[in-house]
Amino acid sequence: MMRMEHTETPGHPAPAAGGGHGRLDYMGALFVFMLATFIGVMVIQRVSRLLHTPLMSLTNAISAIAVVGALIVSAGKDYPGYITALGLVAIFCSTTNIVSGFLITDRMLKMFKKRPEVAK
Amino acid sequence: MSAETLVQLLYLVSTALFILSLRWMSDPETARKGVFSGVAAMLLAVAGTLAGVMATGGTHYWWILGAFALGAAVGYPLAQVPLTAVPQRTALSHAFGGLAAGLVGTAKFFLYYGQRNEAALTTFIVVALVAEILLGFLTFTGSLLAAGKLQEVTWIPQRPVTYPGQNLTNLALFGVALALGVALVLHPLAPWAPWAFGGVILLSLAFGVLLIIPIGGADMPTVISILNSYAGLSAVAMGFVLNNKLLITAGALDGSSGLILSIIMCKAMNRSFFNVLFGAFGQAQTSSAGGEQKAYKSDTVESAAQVMEQASLVVIVPGYGMAVAQAQHKVRELYDLLKKRGVTVKFAIHPVAGRMPGHMNVLLAEAEIPYTDLVEMDEINGDLPQADVALIIGANDVVNPAARADKTSPIYGMPIIDADKAKTVYAIKRSKNPGFAGIDNELYFLDKTFMLFGDAKSVVGELARKLAGDNSGH
Repeated sequence: MMRMEHTETPGHPAPAAGGGHGRLDYMGALFVFMLATFIGVMVIQRVSRLLHTPLMSLTNAISAIAVVGALIVSAGKDYPGYITALGLVAIFCSTTNIVSGFLITDRMLKMFKKRPEVAK
Repeated sequence: MSAETLVQLLYLVSTALFILSLRWMSDPETARKGVFSGVAAMLLAVAGTLAGVMATGGTHYWWILGAFALGAAVGYPLAQVPLTAVPQRTALSHAFGGLAAGLVGTAKFFLYYGQRNEAALTTFIVVALVAEILLGFLTFTGSLLAAGKLQEVTWIPQRPVTYPGQNLTNLALFGVALALGVALVLHPLAPWAPWAFGGVILLSLAFGVLLIIPIGGADMPTVISILNSYAGLSAVAMGFVLNNKLLITAGALDGSSGLILSIIMCKAMNRSFFNVLFGAFGQAQTSSAGGEQKAYKSDTVESAAQVMEQASLVVIVPGYGMAVAQAQHKVRELYDLLKKRGVTVKFAIHPVAGRMPGHMNVLLAEAEIPYTDLVEMDEINGDLPQADVALIIGANDVVNPAARADKTSPIYGMPIIDADKAKTVYAIKRSKNPGFAGIDNELYFLDKTFMLFGDAKSVVGELARKLAGDNSGH
């Protein structure tokens, strides 16, 4: 079996492909999470209430950052075929969100005008 | 510079751009810059990841390109939906996001399991994996169901579905999922581990359905926000699994956005998270305030037009009914005609009006009503006693005075728009049935209230015609 041939150096768990350093620094990861959450809360609290719908479609697009993980899984060499397939479906899903999320956000934002247009 | 350093630098810039993107959403003037910044951040993220993958010997590039192309081909039409369909598009998008996270988590687990990679399956990683698939798959089915409800797909029940012991069932299933999760953390390489993992996946999928079926339309803004948050948190969990700080940051930004929106929505309904998720709105209030028969007073569109014409301040309160009837463009006509006559027109926007946060603002902006006339509840309430006319278009619970006075009402304590304080109230209503929450609205029985029954679009159109007609007649 192909997957049996694939061995990893002990102590260096996660394959490094685009992911990060071999060794998982989970305390560091938790710190990043904590800080990012505080930044997120503070930034989002200042978002105009007028724009809550576009905000949600924008964050839809941003959460499609999962594409990074999907890419790492899909491109892995010597991975079993079904792993690659799962990754490819995940790329598809994320790309759908990236494209539709950013496009519809911009489409909505274009509509917010301070002054009325000249009547048609 | 090593490839790894380059990747991390690209991720660093990408993270900063994501934060700026949300920061620029604080003002409609800078918001579009926020979108460009977000796009740039995403491109850098993908470029960085590809660079990293190439440096470590990746494959399947044509397949990957194909997946990107297919995603773009589906995403483009999804961005062109009419704005009244934005809530279901958003829910569908959460479903895609959840599925992506769930699939990557599944792939990672089976990859490590297949490799018998004991070093990779640490306690921390397995906890993160279980969280990722739980949140991911729950968001997937929950959001699909929410999208179906919003789209009013015929075989999906619109009204909340409740049964005895519902919360107990959910709790029991959650207990089972938790137990499987703990077992996996303790023995990730056991022969039964794939089955336990599959069990967690199935339970998560079931959860999504079970959590959403008891939720009614009025609670959709909160639920969509919560699902938004879950989609972000599943990306965070993926970041923990892959040791990827960009995933953690972007996911956390998304998660906190959903969290803040849910809190705002809950406050606007005076309810707690717990109550929204487990309270099944719409089932408790079987009695509707005694047996006394109350009568509506209807009025003609002509006299309503006359009253509005004489007014100096008209406050329009839009609700979901306006969206359903697609009346926003007719509302714009009415707005223009009243403005032309020197009447000040403002829109009173309740945070939970519609089916998602900010729904009314987007619809009115689409009709090209300047956003400076869209006023939040707290600000407009001070002006309502001076308003000559409050025109309610397809809104119900958000103007129900029972929320202020009637302690037995299920919406008691919910902040409302004080439409009842205006000198005259006109309410456009499709039928004589009570609103979504199934509660009678005292506002409609006040002496100063007149009902205009009919479809919001045709009634507003009629009003506009009367106003325009008068103009040419003089």
